[in-house]
Amino acid sequence: MRCTKVIQELSNYLDGDIDETLKQELCTHLSKCDHCQVVFDTTRKTIELYCDGALYPLPDDVRNRLHAFIRRKCQPQRT
Amino acid sequence: MSESTPATQAAPAKDEAILVKEAKGGSYEAFEELVNRYEKKIYRLGLNITGSPEDAEDVLQETFLKAYQHLPEFREDSRFYTWVVRIGVNEGLMKLRRRRSDKSVPLDDQVDEEGTVKPREFTDWKPNPEQLLAQSELKTILDNAARALPTTFRTVFFLRDVEGLSTAETAELLGLTESAVKARLFRARLQLREDLSKVFKRGSN
Repeated sequence: MRCTKVIQELSNYLDGDIDETLKQELCTHLSKCDHCQVVFDTTRKTIELYCDGALYPLPDDVRNRLHAFIRRKCQPQRT
Repeated sequence: MSESTPATQAAPAKDEAILVKEAKGGSYEAFEELVNRYEKKIYRLGLNITGSPEDAEDVLQETFLKAYQHLPEFREDSRFYTWVVRIGVNEGLMKLRRRRSDKSVPLDDQVDEEGTVKPREFTDWKPNPEQLLAQSELKTILDNAARALPTTFRTVFFLRDVEGLSTAETAELLGLTESAVKARLFRARLQLREDLSKVFKRGSN
């Protein structure tokens, strides 16, 4: 299997969206090809970095304004 | 993903389907509980699409207002979260269109799905590069890389990889085919990796 084909399938491989035969071929290639292994590892790490929820916290004041807003707009008026 | 529910909790969370039924039946408390569950995700989604905290706050408020107003139309055979995300994405994209209306920038980026993407950076990264940076510095690096992507690439990446939507859900939400979602996700991942490699590779400062 050539590197170009491995890169083309890399995204599907990360998603587990490839058949078993192709997966075996990819694993064999990755074990022998440093460049493709680096691309695979660093792509996976890229996704992990963006998944860090701590980077995008909901500030307390924004949350408070949201709840005041929906309460004002949505809560039935009690008489 | 990083916000997954802990395995053990003090009290079991009320089933979402029950909350939705109660909210549809007029319970404001049930609706507010649904807001509590997804407010962080919708805010993050707004930030990721618009890149602006002010716009993200508008997206957050408008999304839950519309969710409340359209709750009677929600079909309970789909996930409430997916339905709210759909509203959030539309609100976010609308913000972008308004902001760009004087520049005539289309949001439906053209992409050659058969085109090849060639990685250029093959140097491995430093171990745990995020631990070498202040959080604000890391955030700036990630934001800049994401901002450099075309809008639909960025949106597909965040919906699939960060919000955890399936290919089919993302395709339906953005009005794309599943193969178009996969092509954009592939390119977004590789482009982000390429940009981050310049900062995180071994031997860089």
